[in-house]
Amino acid sequence: MSGSENINLTIEHLFRRESSKLISTLTKIFGPHNLELAEDVVQDTLLKAMNTWKFNGIPDNPGAWLFKVAKNSALDVIRKSKRQQEYASNISNLLKSEYTLSPTLNEIMGANTIEDDLLRMIFTCCHPALSKDSQVTLILKTLCGFSVNEISRAFITSTDTIEKRLYRARQQLRELKIDFEIPVGPEVSARLESVLTTIYLLFNEGYHSTKHIELVRKDMLQEALRLSSLVCSHPSTALPQSFALHALLHLNGARVGSRLDSKGNILVLKNQDRNLWDREMIRLGLYYLNASAEGEQISRYHLEAAIAAEHVMAPTYEQTNWENIIRFYDLLIEMHPSPVIELNRAIAISELHGAESGIREIENIRDLPLLKNYYLLPATLGELCQRMNDNEQARKYFSQAMHLTNSPSEKKFLDGKLNEL
Amino acid sequence: MEKYMLIFHGGNTQELFSSPELMQAHMAKWFAWIDKLKQKDLYISGEPLVPGGKLIQGTNKSVTDGPYTEGKDVVGGFFLINAKNMEEAVEIAKDCPDYQYEGSVQVRQVMKM
Repeated sequence: MSGSENINLTIEHLFRRESSKLISTLTKIFGPHNLELAEDVVQDTLLKAMNTWKFNGIPDNPGAWLFKVAKNSALDVIRKSKRQQEYASNISNLLKSEYTLSPTLNEIMGANTIEDDLLRMIFTCCHPALSKDSQVTLILKTLCGFSVNEISRAFITSTDTIEKRLYRARQQLRELKIDFEIPVGPEVSARLESVLTTIYLLFNEGYHSTKHIELVRKDMLQEALRLSSLVCSHPSTALPQSFALHALLHLNGARVGSRLDSKGNILVLKNQDRNLWDREMIRLGLYYLNASAEGEQISRYHLEAAIAAEHVMAPTYEQTNWENIIRFYDLLIEMHPSPVIELNRAIAISELHGAESGIREIENIRDLPLLKNYYLLPATLGELCQRMNDNEQARKYFSQAMHLTNSPSEKKFLDGKLNEL
Repeated sequence: MEKYMLIFHGGNTQELFSSPELMQAHMAKWFAWIDKLKQKDLYISGEPLVPGGKLIQGTNKSVTDGPYTEGKDVVGGFFLINAKNMEEAVEIAKDCPDYQYEGSVQVRQVMKM
């Protein structure tokens, strides 16, 4: 034992990191249909660690300690239920005999395949049979180690809803009887698409929302980056679209710190202090964007990362290359029609050709009615009217926007706009 | 200075620890507490105990599980600390982070021979 003076050396999120590794390895043994069993063993293992380590410090190799305890727990579980329970199909028979049980567990848990197992777990959580909401929730629970409480805060919903969602997801995994594998061959790109979308949603949930308490938001961004870096570093999934998403997360993540002022007020891009942008994140983002350029295919992440890159490379707001940005938006809309993206494109147009053109573009958005509850639509229109000195119309729009948001910081922002008029 | 033993009961209620972060944060509170005691030279040692001990009693030396098998009574570990007197030892024990997790602390003075 290395004593308690290592309190500050304790790896940040040690329990969370180790928990995702243990869940993944145990799922390899128990099979995805027994996910809850793996979760129980991990919970037990971590509790044991906490109740042991708290008296005189963390052992020199906490990971090995945890794996040993988890392995013994798994042995107990399997021994108790040897005949009634089916575990992972490929090793189920080996787990039924006392002669092969322990050596099999030793081999699986001792093998240096943790990166593979984590990726297998990502693919399991993002199985296309599960709804997107379930996928994100399951990832947060198993791979990011969030509690039901923390997830419900992240989604601004009740713990009951999250419990139900998890219950349903585990049930589906039980019924699906999927193998714990990284997809190969032609299946990879479709399955990977589902994984990337889920990581993207996880990131956006943390990034775009001003409704979260700061800590949860930061954790979600960090976890999305961690998962996407896992995807990028595995040979089967280190593909251009993965790099593009990784680039996008870095380029947007670099700007997180500048989006609120010291009092917690929202700052629009124009008013952000560009010196606060994280240079290292930008460097990595551009590096991955470059790496994503290989290959023939272009994904929505390529385009979104390219737009983000234009923003971070502009020395000032006024020097932003709006022509390029509009061009990327055009391609993006072609590939992925969405009124929200069209709204963003309209904003870019208003910067290049003036507020009037912007408003015209907004009026021409194909599915405009879909945005009727989206507070940024009237907020944008208000901003454009204000620029055209039509204060009366602007006031109308900002008040409309006010009714569409519950976020205190967004309300405060709109209040500020109304006062400017 | 006298020597005191703090005996920690309970504090391992699973339901109260719903996430790995929560457990790690709780452990960090213990480390902070121990560090504070170490800085004042009050902490001598501490050990965790493996759950599930035996109790031997009677002239026939009968062996049973126990004495505590119920979660909140089970002894999880102990500290040896220095304190001026019982009052100070009790004040120290009040800093234990386990009370909100159904933990309790027994304070006993170690007899000087």
